[in-house]
This record gives sequence, structure tokens and C-alpha cells, in this order.
Amino acid sequence: MASSRDAILATVRAAKVPQAARPEPFRTGIRYADPLKQFGESLAAVGGKMIVAPNAESARAQLLENPLLVPGKKTCSLLPEIIAPTFSLDDVADPHDVEDVWLAVLPGEFAVAENAAVWFLGRRLKHRVVPFITQHLVLVVPRDQVVNNMHEAYDRLKFGTVEFGVFLSGPSKTADIEQSLVIGAHGARSPSGVMLG
Amino acid sequence: MTGHPTRAAEFIALPQRAAWHDQSLWFVRAKRDKAAKAIPEWESLRDAAAAIKAHTVANLADYLEEFERNAKKLGAVVHWARDAAEHNAIVLKILSDHNVKRVVKSKSMLTEECHLNPHLEAAGIEVVDTDLGERIVQLANERPSHIVLPCIHKKKEEIGELFHEHLGTDAGASDPQYLTEAARGHLRDRFLKADAGLTGVNFAIAETGGFVVCTNEGNADLGVSLPPIHIACMGIEKLIPKASDLGVFLRLLARSATGQAITTYSSHFHGPRAGCELHIVLVDNGRSTVLGQDDFRRSLNCIRCGACMNTCPVYRRSGGHSYNATVPGPIGSILEPARDPAKHASLPHACSLCGSCSDVCPVKINIHEQLLIWRRELVKKGLLPLTKRWAMSIGSAVFQRPWLYKMAGGMGRLALKLLPRFLVYSRLNPWGKQRELPTPPKQSFRDQYKARHGK
Repeated sequence: MASSRDAILATVRAAKVPQAARPEPFRTGIRYADPLKQFGESLAAVGGKMIVAPNAESARAQLLENPLLVPGKKTCSLLPEIIAPTFSLDDVADPHDVEDVWLAVLPGEFAVAENAAVWFLGRRLKHRVVPFITQHLVLVVPRDQVVNNMHEAYDRLKFGTVEFGVFLSGPSKTADIEQSLVIGAHGARSPSGVMLG
Repeated sequence: MTGHPTRAAEFIALPQRAAWHDQSLWFVRAKRDKAAKAIPEWESLRDAAAAIKAHTVANLADYLEEFERNAKKLGAVVHWARDAAEHNAIVLKILSDHNVKRVVKSKSMLTEECHLNPHLEAAGIEVVDTDLGERIVQLANERPSHIVLPCIHKKKEEIGELFHEHLGTDAGASDPQYLTEAARGHLRDRFLKADAGLTGVNFAIAETGGFVVCTNEGNADLGVSLPPIHIACMGIEKLIPKASDLGVFLRLLARSATGQAITTYSSHFHGPRAGCELHIVLVDNGRSTVLGQDDFRRSLNCIRCGACMNTCPVYRRSGGHSYNATVPGPIGSILEPARDPAKHASLPHACSLCGSCSDVCPVKINIHEQLLIWRRELVKKGLLPLTKRWAMSIGSAVFQRPWLYKMAGGMGRLALKLLPRFLVYSRLNPWGKQRELPTPPKQSFRDQYKARHGK
């Protein structure tokens, strides 16, 4: 008996779809005079906030202006110079045990101006659930790492190994109840983008 | 079997609801327009997306094999299912093998199409839909009425009542912020207790063996980052050749769906988490048949953004449930009859052929043209409703005989002038529902033409 795999592939091949050439890669994405400024505007439009800081000290001071980010609550931080962690994630065996994380401060690889997305790599963390389960999220990106659009973003990405990566754009949200926008559906209620340097 | 008109009549029985539903969706359509206009290269993006899809389906078997090879290399287990039953059996087997009792699921139209939930529930497995809108319709024991906005048909007061009953929220409370917060607490508990996470797939990348899942709530990521098993279910048409193609599709998807520049979470999965399992189920369920149909092949381009629903004058006024289908609206009226023409025979007629769906479709599916072709197919299959068959044969007889046409025109003008209102606007004349018929002209066009040219 032919396996389902072979049966499906055989039917697909038998469909004799007319050949269509692969189009040239799309290269004409929107560009901005000031991508950093555009990133800030895109982030504000989705309910986030951009902080530009020349150094860690300034980043810390600006972040602590937000009354929600009170130090002392359970914090997972990979950037101790900005905000110190209250525990070591590497000591946590079971990802369920980070359920009560209040604040996560994590490095983003780069940011996208057109849509406020920040590329985050799961391998930075022992448990990749942290940016999704935390109540508040701060992503720190070097300020010269802002691309204009998603085409430029994918030019920078290489896949091929076991890897988890995610574009994060603003706080978790839903408009499922009568189209009313509510921030904090399941994930982070307030993401800040700190642009450092 | 009741068709679309009957079910639509139930929906509009409450006139305020129809108007409110219409406006809610038009609001989303307007946001889509604004987002599209902010991108100067929007139209060339649509062209590129259509071209990538055309190329992919022309080489689908090769790309499926390439995807399988690369996904396996990354440590994923790849399964193939010819139909819904096989898909459900595969998922159940994976879960049973691991003694899974509780599953959290993010949005997947494919699992809706396959009716996976009842299959798993019958085996004693608890399935929780974690998208807020999907959880609401699940608690209400309904199906989603829209593929992106599953409970767009529900008023917040109804959701408040539902939550009061199931989640213990305050009686009479209907504030969306309060209700969402209650759902967050309720679902967080389910996330923490789940033994396995199930997701759909927005795009699968042949070149890398990975796939992308897009959500705004973050429910897919929470659902698969805690338990040791991730099952991703996808139709075979979700393939794209290269990761760089994602630039085109992610720019189009959210802007078309809700007017956002991108969804909040666009997660790229390549292989399982350390010590965990990743299963990918590739499902045909009729797609390879559509692939062989020149007239309908392009419907496989669909990326499930829902833009055609938001713009459709019929969908907006009749509600998603009137389609009695997994995918409602214009694209559903093509996809569903392909699976079961007899059951969904009324859907290609739930369309004014205005073409707005084709205008907003991010992958340029000729939706309204396919709907017209479907009507012809239904005639060939003998699936035209009796009323339409009578009307068509009478129309045909009249148009073939100029003398009869002339006489019928005269009688129509006379009847509209002389008949009392209660007869003209009666049940026998659906054209008189919710609209005034025009005042008949004194002279027919033919008489006016004769008078002018003095013959």
C-alpha cells in the first residue's frame, strides 16, 4: 500500500500545474530618512515606548521613571548593568517555574523601522518562554541596529540550524471583544524598546 | 438543507445587529486601506506574493519534499495526512503515545476544517482554544464566524454573560478590559497545566524546514514554550520556497487582516526545544484536487487574512455563521463548495459580483470570477435551487422571444402602477424586501427610441 506521503505527492505531481518562474527577490521596500525615529513612532503606534539612551545608566534611569518597573519584583535580566536580575534563569530546571516573572530585560538583535518589530533569539535564554510569560518586557537593541523594512530584516537572518526566533512588535493585545483594543492578552503588558549607544 | 439566505435572514432578524456587524467590519476594512496606502510599493508587493505562490504551487511536490528533508534534519517529526480523518488520527496517536490529557491550541483553521476538537474530546482529552475570540466561541459551543475575528458576531454583553457562567466574572459585567483580564487569568492556568501545545502554521519554508506562526496575543508561543510537545498542523499549500519570501508575506498579512504593520508575535520555529518533540502534520484534504483545476487553483494562494470578508457587502450584512462553513465569506464560498458542493451550493450565490474581494486580496486571487465560475459548475452538477432554476428558464424563454419581452415589460409597468402595495411588497416578491421598487416609466425604452427616430 502506498504511504499517504507518496499518495499525496503523486496526486500533486499529477495535477500538472503550468510552470511559473520564480520571481526576482523583492528589493524595493520603503526606506526612511531616520529609521530610528520611525521605529519609535511605529512602536508608539502599537502601544510600546522607545527609550534612547547613550549608556546603561541613562537607560536604567529612564526605565525606572515607569512606576510599573519597580525594582525588587522577580526580574529576569540578561543586561545586569541596566537592571539587575533577582534570580538566575540557569538555575531554573522547569520553565513553569518562571510563571511569576514580573520583568524581563532581554537583548534584541536588531529592530525594524516600518513595524516596530525587534528580532529576538530564543538561544539567548535557557527557557524561551520568558519574553512571553513575563508581565513586563524590555528589549535592548544597539541604536545602530535598525533596518528600514522586512526585506532588509530577512537579508540579515540565516536559518539552517535548530533555532527559535521571533519578531516582537509591541505588547500582547487583543480586540476580540467588540473590536475594543485591550493590551495584555496573554503576554507582556508593556514592552519598552531601549535603543542603546 | 437550509441555505445561506435562510440563515442570513436569522442573523438580520435583529436589524441593529446587522448594522452594527456591518460597521465593525467596515472599520477594519478602513484600517486595512490606511495601512496599505502607507506603503508606496503595496501593489508590487501583491504582485510579488501572487508570483511566489504561482511558482510554489507549480513545483509544490518538490517544495514539500525539500521542506520535509530540512525539517527532519532539524529534528522535527513530519507526518502526512490525506484527509481530515487521517489528520485527526495522527494527532490523537501522538497525544495518546505521550499520555497527554490536556492540550492548549492556538488558532488553526485547518484543525477547525478537520473537526479535531470533538475527535480529541471523544478520547477524553481536554482541548482549550487559547485565542481569546476562539475561547469565547468554544465556551459558547459555537464555531468561529470569522477567520481572524472569531467572535465578531458577539456583543460584549453576551460575552459577559458567558464569562459569568464559565469563569465566574461579575454578573452584568461587560467591560472588554475586565473580561480580557479574566480570560488571561483563566487561560494562564490552562497554559501551565497543558501537556502539549498545538498550533497552526502561517508559512512553512521549504529552504529551511522551519515555519512561522503569527499571533497578536502571544498564545501560540506560551502554548508551545512550556509543555514538552509541540504539534503544528498545516495544509500543504502553506509552503513558500525561501525565508526571504517571508518579507513579502509578513508585510502583507497583518496589514490586510487588521491594518497592523505586523502581528505582535511572528515566531519562527526551526526544530524542537532541547529535550522536547516537534511534530509537523502536512494535510491534503482535497487541496491536491483543487491544484489540478485550472479555474480554482489560485484559491490555494489564500493566506487567511480575512480581508475579503471585511470588505464583502454580503458577509458584513449576513454574518459569518450564515455560511455554515469553516471558512466563511468570499474565499470560503470557493473553498467550501470544492470540498462539498451539495452542502455548500448556496454559497457562490451569496455574492453581488462587486469584485471588492479581489481588489483587496493580498495574493490577488480572482475571487469574484471564481465565484461566477462556481455558479456555472453548480448548474452542471444539477445543484441550482429550484426557485433559481424556474426564474432562469422563464428569463431564458422571455429573452429569446422579443414579442414576449415587449409584452412582459408592458405588464410589469402596468402591474407596478395598478397593484396595491400589499401585493407588490408581499412574500412572493423578495426584491421588495427592505427596498422600494422604482417608479415605472410611462414609456418603454423601445417606445422612446421609436418616437425619437420617428419610425
